[in-house]
Amino acid sequence: MTATATVTSPAAGLLAGHDDFLERAAAVPAEVATLRRAGRQRFAEVGIPSTRLEDWRFTNLAPIARTEFRHGPGFDADAPTPHGLTGEKLDVFRIPDCLDFVFVNGRFSRALSDSEELPAGVFVGSLAQALQQIPQHVLPHLGRHADADHPFVALNGAWLEDGAVVYVPRGLRVERSLHFLFIGTDAGGMPIASMPRNLFVVEEGGEATIVESYAGFEGERYLACPVTEVVGGRNSTIDHYRLGEESLDAFHLGTLKIHLDRDARFFTHSVNHGGAVVRNDIQAYLGGEGIQCTLNGLYLARGRQLVDHHMQVDHAMPHCNSYELFKGILEDRSRAVFNGRINVHQDAQKTDAKQSSQHLLLSDDAIAHSNPQLEIYADDVRCTHGSTTGQLDDEAVFYLRSRGIGSEAAKSLLTYAFAGEVLEEIRLDTVRQDLEEFLFTRLPKGDTVRQAV
Amino acid sequence: MLKIDNLHAGIDGAEILRGVDLEIADGEVHAIMGPNGSGKSTLAQVLAGREEYEVTDGSVTFAGQDLLELEPEERAREGLFLAFQYPVEIPGVSNTYFLKAALNDIRKHRGEEEVNAVSFLKLAREKMKLVEMDEQLLQRPVNDGFSGGEKKRNEIFHMAVLDPKMAVLDETDSGLDIDALRVVASGVNSMRGEGRAFLVITHYQRLLDYIEPDHVHVLVDGRIVRSGGPELAHQLEAEGYNAIEASARAEAAPVGA
Repeated sequence: MTATATVTSPAAGLLAGHDDFLERAAAVPAEVATLRRAGRQRFAEVGIPSTRLEDWRFTNLAPIARTEFRHGPGFDADAPTPHGLTGEKLDVFRIPDCLDFVFVNGRFSRALSDSEELPAGVFVGSLAQALQQIPQHVLPHLGRHADADHPFVALNGAWLEDGAVVYVPRGLRVERSLHFLFIGTDAGGMPIASMPRNLFVVEEGGEATIVESYAGFEGERYLACPVTEVVGGRNSTIDHYRLGEESLDAFHLGTLKIHLDRDARFFTHSVNHGGAVVRNDIQAYLGGEGIQCTLNGLYLARGRQLVDHHMQVDHAMPHCNSYELFKGILEDRSRAVFNGRINVHQDAQKTDAKQSSQHLLLSDDAIAHSNPQLEIYADDVRCTHGSTTGQLDDEAVFYLRSRGIGSEAAKSLLTYAFAGEVLEEIRLDTVRQDLEEFLFTRLPKGDTVRQAV
Repeated sequence: MLKIDNLHAGIDGAEILRGVDLEIADGEVHAIMGPNGSGKSTLAQVLAGREEYEVTDGSVTFAGQDLLELEPEERAREGLFLAFQYPVEIPGVSNTYFLKAALNDIRKHRGEEEVNAVSFLKLAREKMKLVEMDEQLLQRPVNDGFSGGEKKRNEIFHMAVLDPKMAVLDETDSGLDIDALRVVASGVNSMRGEGRAFLVITHYQRLLDYIEPDHVHVLVDGRIVRSGGPELAHQLEAEGYNAIEASARAEAAPVGA
């Protein structure tokens, strides 16, 4: 799709100060400089997409276009309290038993992060470090997988400077789960736009569990525009999570691009309950035979929150499985968009692709738009998709009440059960338990739910 | 225990119950029989408090309280239990834990101490034996993937755990083979006695061979048209509903015209 100036807003605001940025930024490899230039050029050309573009039809970015953002002021990685943040303050966002790496407005903070010795050859840290220490493992992948034409991949590229990097060499396994926590702030009332660029490379037979969290404190207004590229080598196993806990005044425009090689196993769960406007583009390219790829999601929205997931799975080779299960729980006047595209290429015989998107509307004013799209060019495949939008089953509510469970508790119990199917598939116990706890706190009469599940 | 007085109720403006009178004393088992569409299940649902049904006239008193004023969960906590004709499948909600939460809600209401997980499991195992239910069904989500017979047994199991004062069994026998029917009936029979009453709603006389009622009532067109002892059930079995329906309608016609 070609965007034209008539259907986009001017890009100027989000590129303001870019010349200064290029000047003051540290010396980078030529590849990075090229990505920045190309990103800037592309975003200047397309700008912020308007709802007249098919891919953005239900997702109005006018509030972002109206807001004046600035690129986050830098701070020294060793600064003890970047932007006034302390380790203690961040405890609410930490995940038990994980090794935490904290980024503030897209920039790595060593002071707030854990440090622990990792297996020799494994790299976990910031992109800025990785470009110095292991450029030979970073540059072949950086910017090679995400769709450079996507407006916010382009914007992210323009500002490419820091982010999270994991590199697991062949045959190694990182035992500790890695948690990258991205905190957004608005630095004294001035909204900051942050553009973390993340790269996770797990080579042949390697294994890693990686959690990305995007979070902010209540009342903070900012834009997080991260791009994550995941490269799963042959027979690798990656268990990945993306947790959206942004401030309810914040905007999140995220891209996750997964590139998998033969026999790789990849699992991701995208869970979101924060943010005023959240858009996640998740694309998986299954580029070898025998790949197993699970893309699940759970989102809760209320007030006037908007949550948009645009999924694309490309089956390029035979004998691959992809499973997508997305569930949304919508209250008040919140809105959700689920766009699920599956492309089965001509060579991808024996593909097994399942996609299910389900919305539970807890209010008459909540709206869900679900749009599955299958494009199949191979003839021996099994592809199914299902999309449901509904309210709580009155009969089930009555059944529970007839046993003595209160009305609110019954509804909460059924809401929890709706989410449960996604929770059950979460392999990392601490993430699952945190989410269960979150639901018990969020749902009315959550104590009864805690007892009853 | 339960007194129903001139109960009128319907759904979406259509009247289904047209003046039901019924009194059930402590320790008694009453059976209500009737043809399809006579209002049997409506009566059960109205007693349990299903909001879709509108009560337009009459009253129901349960253990000295105005039952119709109570929310469904309050009725349950006061000791009313409905075994559903079609038990609802609830994926994602554990049969055990949900029942424990329900029992504790009821116990809290009665001012009794809550049971912990260990004593609940002990109680649950004991009650499962009563209905010869497979213990694996405890671990499964409520009724999810249960066979028809398993669902009905699960209802009786819930009843046994929750220990109600008044149990309404809505066509609990429908769809059961003789073996399952025997099991369900023996579960009910073991709970008969002082401090509890039953209202057994059925389409078939067969159930009453296993659960012998003290009183039998015939419901036709939303009214009880005949009441009697167990022999009434046998008469119905022999003559069918047609005869009694015809005579009931003949009697009602002059009044209703």
